[in-house]
Amino acid sequence: MNKVFNSFDEAVSDIPDNSTLMIDGFAGPGGTSQNLIGALRNLGSKNLTIISNTAGLASVIGFGTLPGQTPVDIGVLVENNQVKKVIASFPVSPSPSRPTAFEKAYAKHEVELELVPQGTLAERIRAGGAGIPAFFTPTGVDTRVSEGKEIREFNGKKYVLETALKADFALIRAYQSDRLGNLVYKGTSKNFNSVMVTAATISIVEVDKIVETGAIESALIDTPLLYVDRIVEIKENNEK
Amino acid sequence: MKNRLNREIIAMRVAKELQDGDVVNLGIGIPSLCSQFIPEGKTVIYHSESGVLNYGPMAEEGFEDQDLINASGQFLAPVDGMSFFSSSDAFAMIRGGHIDVTVLGALQVSKSGDLANWMIPSRGIGNVGGAMDLAVGAKKVIVAMEHNDKNGSSKIVNECSFPLTSKSCVSLIVTDIAVIQVVKSGLQLLECAPGWTKEDVQNETEVELIFEKGIKEFTL
Repeated sequence: MNKVFNSFDEAVSDIPDNSTLMIDGFAGPGGTSQNLIGALRNLGSKNLTIISNTAGLASVIGFGTLPGQTPVDIGVLVENNQVKKVIASFPVSPSPSRPTAFEKAYAKHEVELELVPQGTLAERIRAGGAGIPAFFTPTGVDTRVSEGKEIREFNGKKYVLETALKADFALIRAYQSDRLGNLVYKGTSKNFNSVMVTAATISIVEVDKIVETGAIESALIDTPLLYVDRIVEIKENNEK
Repeated sequence: MKNRLNREIIAMRVAKELQDGDVVNLGIGIPSLCSQFIPEGKTVIYHSESGVLNYGPMAEEGFEDQDLINASGQFLAPVDGMSFFSSSDAFAMIRGGHIDVTVLGALQVSKSGDLANWMIPSRGIGNVGGAMDLAVGAKKVIVAMEHNDKNGSSKIVNECSFPLTSKSCVSLIVTDIAVIQVVKSGLQLLECAPGWTKEDVQNETEVELIFEKGIKEFTL
């Protein structure tokens, strides 16, 4: 069993056209697998469905971005005409005068959007990883996002049926991995990452550092190894 | 003189509503300013859907860390007692009723406390983010906003014409001219900005407000 890959290109090389991918991060470069996204762009797989909190935001508005940096995000895949559909909670720029690549493509009907409340998005992914096909939530009842979905009352309150999300591949950034694939995240870069890593057939993880097994204290491991299929270490000249 | 209150004063008035020990989630815009105005001796615990509880001040220049942000993308300072968690935990806290108060911005609030804050129809697309979850899940929803839009139209309306975030979720509205409580029979005016009469506030408001005795000047 060897999960360690030497390059990002090698780690994503078998992602075919028409794949569904989960891509991590909240909205900024922290916790976003920028190197794997870049490798997927180089690979050029087309007709992709992307499940992510945003549709690429930081590269345009600098959300959570240190001065002088231009993060790599889903925008590069949209600009390269690789994306068919995005499933997201925060797909557009908060500033209409600075639209994202996704918004421009959406206006030209080149990409589809499924808008999902952020908590429902996280829970649909969690359900996908946990073998739960669907669940009821009050979020979105009597709004556009529940149109056409089953509504059921429990104890006098209305709930909408939401279905699980799964992916063929997840692209994930973590802080450290041991050689077996046990992961630790850093700070607020755990949010979608630690959920998405559970819900894909193949989870590919870029990490700041690969450490020897045993170097991470067992009690502090965030993601146990069985969720992780491939690990690549970020080198000095890569995106941080 | 009828001056409208600035964003900081609105935030200051909202901050007065927060109780010692409350777990609070602040939305972007005016709500994000509230944390500056918590008086000494009162402890408020901040939650952010970026996956952090009990954050404190923003990071100082030169100490920003891209792995330490709130949901507005602001860099946070590391403080003792803060914890990090997944998005599903962040929203389990929200949807599970563990957040005492959320303060949100709004495009429109209706007579029955319906909230519309995620999409301007003319743009054709919008960001829902965590607003629908917060509106449904927090024990108390306070709206902090300007009373009128940039064309002067009332943002407090009989029926929301913009896409809804959630129905009947708002309990208090704090604006640049008034504090208004959502009650069973409609919207009750509690306070007016200095220099404003209840009739002045009514003139700026589409909904017919309920005037009970004891309408006060804004108390900070």
